[in-house]
Amino acid sequence: MSKTSKGSSASSQKRTEKLEHVAIRFTGDSGDGMQLTGTKFTESTALAGNDLATLPDYPAEIRAPAGTLAGVSGFQVHFASEDIHTPADHPDLLVAFNPAALRANVNDVRPSGMVIINIDAFNKKSLAKAGYEDDPLPELRERFKVVEIPLTKLNREAIKGLSLSAREGDRSKNFFALGLMYWLYNRPMEPTIRWLEGRFKGNVLEANIRVLKAGHAFGETTELFPVSYIVPAAKIQPGTYRNITGNTALAWGIVAAGVQMNRPVFLGAYPITPASDVLHEVSRFRHFGVKTAQAEDEIAAMSAAIGAAFAGSLAFTTTSGPGFVLKQEALGLAIMAELPMVVVDIQRAGPSTGMPTKIEQADLLLALYGRNSESPVPIIAPSSPGDCFHAAIEAARLAVEYMTPVVLLSDGYLANSAEPWLIPDVEALPRTEIENHTDPEGFQPYMRDPESLARPWAIPGTPGLEHRIGGLSKEEVTGSVSYDPENNQRMHEIRADKVARIGSVLPPLEVKGPSQGDLLVVGWGGTLGAIVTATEEAREAGLSVSNVHLRHLNPFPANLEKVLGSFEKILVPEINSGQLCLLLRAKFLLPAKSMSKLTGQPFLVAEIRAEIDAMLGQEN
Amino acid sequence: MSDAAKLTRKDFTSDQELRWCPGCGDYSILANVQRVMPELGVPRENFVFVSGIGCSSRFPYYMNTYGFHTIHGRAPAFATGIKAARPDLSVWVITGDGDGLSIGGNHLMHTIRRNVDLQLLLFNNRVYGLTKGQYSPTSLIGMKSKSTPDGSIDHPVDPIAFALGAGATFVARTIDVDAAHLQQTLRRAHEHKGMAFIEILQNCPVYNDDEWIEVEDRKQRVEAALVLDDGQPLVWGPADQRRGIRIEDGIPSIVALDAGEDPVSKGIAVHYERHETPAYAFALASLQRPAFPLPIGVFRAVEKPTYEAMLQQQVDDAISKMGKGDLAELLHSGDTWTVTQ
Repeated sequence: MSKTSKGSSASSQKRTEKLEHVAIRFTGDSGDGMQLTGTKFTESTALAGNDLATLPDYPAEIRAPAGTLAGVSGFQVHFASEDIHTPADHPDLLVAFNPAALRANVNDVRPSGMVIINIDAFNKKSLAKAGYEDDPLPELRERFKVVEIPLTKLNREAIKGLSLSAREGDRSKNFFALGLMYWLYNRPMEPTIRWLEGRFKGNVLEANIRVLKAGHAFGETTELFPVSYIVPAAKIQPGTYRNITGNTALAWGIVAAGVQMNRPVFLGAYPITPASDVLHEVSRFRHFGVKTAQAEDEIAAMSAAIGAAFAGSLAFTTTSGPGFVLKQEALGLAIMAELPMVVVDIQRAGPSTGMPTKIEQADLLLALYGRNSESPVPIIAPSSPGDCFHAAIEAARLAVEYMTPVVLLSDGYLANSAEPWLIPDVEALPRTEIENHTDPEGFQPYMRDPESLARPWAIPGTPGLEHRIGGLSKEEVTGSVSYDPENNQRMHEIRADKVARIGSVLPPLEVKGPSQGDLLVVGWGGTLGAIVTATEEAREAGLSVSNVHLRHLNPFPANLEKVLGSFEKILVPEINSGQLCLLLRAKFLLPAKSMSKLTGQPFLVAEIRAEIDAMLGQEN
Repeated sequence: MSDAAKLTRKDFTSDQELRWCPGCGDYSILANVQRVMPELGVPRENFVFVSGIGCSSRFPYYMNTYGFHTIHGRAPAFATGIKAARPDLSVWVITGDGDGLSIGGNHLMHTIRRNVDLQLLLFNNRVYGLTKGQYSPTSLIGMKSKSTPDGSIDHPVDPIAFALGAGATFVARTIDVDAAHLQQTLRRAHEHKGMAFIEILQNCPVYNDDEWIEVEDRKQRVEAALVLDDGQPLVWGPADQRRGIRIEDGIPSIVALDAGEDPVSKGIAVHYERHETPAYAFALASLQRPAFPLPIGVFRAVEKPTYEAMLQQQVDDAISKMGKGDLAELLHSGDTWTVTQ
């Protein structure tokens, strides 16, 4: 917590201090409501006008054994009066609901940061369950400002008199902590109260509101907290903002794409972490003419989407790694049949089932090369939660303009992280209305637009355009089944050329920082925040470092080679073992250096910064 | 829109050269489908033929309609997407015993249970043809094939029982070479609102010749087939040697009838397609050669809401309840805040 000034608040006897940025991490059992607590704090923080970034981190198990390390769920929120890009490497304040949460998280807290613990949850048994042989608090008190609060007891007192079972009653203790945080950082409680009123009734509503207010009042009266903090609103671009996660933005982008292209949306999907939320969200929008189908498996979801595309819908399928693997054969057919649709892969840590709720961006080569034979497909990767909205629209637009399936690679970090999002002006969003082909005169299923090489979208129900498509090799123009060797060669070349032509219409890459210098950091997807922050810091320290972030992974933007060639060294941080780096080295014959991380966690700013320093011969 | 009334068989014949083996049952099925299409009162452009992989799955290329030759086993899923997007289209799925019941068994089950309003024609020749003669999921125990030189040890699946088990609303069995019965079954399937499942007994002259000869051959059929006719007793055999099927506690048995004897008075079951429970149809499906005659005809035809109609209804209801979706309103829904200079 960096201090800028001190003052006294008018509303309270206590001192307030002004801070530029704060990172808090809420941690507890996966049943303790940590994700909810974090989300509510984030919403109030967004309304307070801060820039923010969040990092939810939770186990795949719905209710892992209580009190164990496996069951610890966390939610980190970083908020500031300045522009920030990451959830912060180290929280300033940790809230730990039990010893396991403390043990799993305390070493991430910045030196002499604050650690608030629910002391009621600390006993011999729970300490042992967390793997603590001795009471850790004496040692931790040396390193951190440890604040011990009897959260369970205070919660019970607050709800006394309400007829709730002990179990029901204890469930609201996360709102005690939330109320306390609202006091500590001078956040408004009203948005949370409004949300509670819309969600609960009777005693449960009453209990939650009472507890929230009790937590707030506790902060005001206790001597444990002599100071509360103000993080002023950030100076950000004027406009109307909302808080949004990547998955919500993606879902809204799917709906928006249908509106902007004047086509009914069809989404076929099969539940899979962390993509299911997109299916849930899109399914709410039937009134947009959206049809969603939960298919019997990943293959059927993909197949139904291709069928809907054939019939003229704007088709999507959403999945994560293992599901994306299953869709590859059908994706090959969509490439062969040249039908427009978007395949969304929200990457997660693997291989196999891996760590479904953890982060990786290791499906790039799968998207590019994961099918039999040569089967080129455009690939787009958003780089922030809000960007998922625009990426979905762009992917759909490219699909329809070029009559090709498009892969959108999001990841678990973007999916669940939140940021304040400048709500776009609907009038200013791109509109792409591609008409169905209707003229039978001279129609051939594989005739092509001379610019884009797109074939016509001729949908069933159109008189005079009856034709057959399918996976067998097809004759150029006529689309008749063909085993002619030269024809097959040409059709391969046409499909490749069609995708390659997208590269010439992409906006040129913009380098952040000087356009030439010692080091260029190249990234893609959800690593943007960490890379931007690390390179900005390095420049401030006098280093010649820039960064460029690729949104289009296939084809690459036309000026990529020139950009890469303007720097002495190239560093490619990826949450995989160097997939983009491999492509850059192969395509441009450059000695790009890979920086790999495979822990299921996002890059820390400090990690990238250290690599930059090492490459430029700086001592740390 | 083209005029559906003036269409002929020729209008449904594509310019593609047929590439099935000489004597394949698929020729007869194709010819009969092409004959029935003009009678259905559907404009040609509204027909879509969807197939998977296998000999039968070449079918769409030979139909001058919209067609989609997809991937192995998944045709019902593609067809579901087409029908969900465009409920007005007449969608026909062509599959085989390998495509539909082996690799595609999952999709077949779910498309049936959803009652998507489409016609699915499963050509059953009890063998893999396109991959050159391996046993299929409907091959009988002991079948010697390239992959089972010592005989198949897999218990076969019966397509009719499978469809009934998945909750099919229309289930029929017909024969490749019986033009009249095949055509009548296609018409009935088209009339049916919901998923129409038709098993077509089809001969593979190369890898499993004469598998169905008992019912394909008109002379043998008198003994080997039980023709189902709604409202008529389950009776078969030559006039002087009639027999009937009695069903007690769900168990069928054969009862001999004297000349001129009333089958109903002897407890012979009367065929009825619209039983709410599928138990009766299951009993019929259990009739297998050689112990019983093989039932041919419509086993079951009941009404249930269709998938695509319910999906469309949800869209229509949402629009009438909430108004047509407004994108700006959506983006500004919930908590927002405005930053000024």
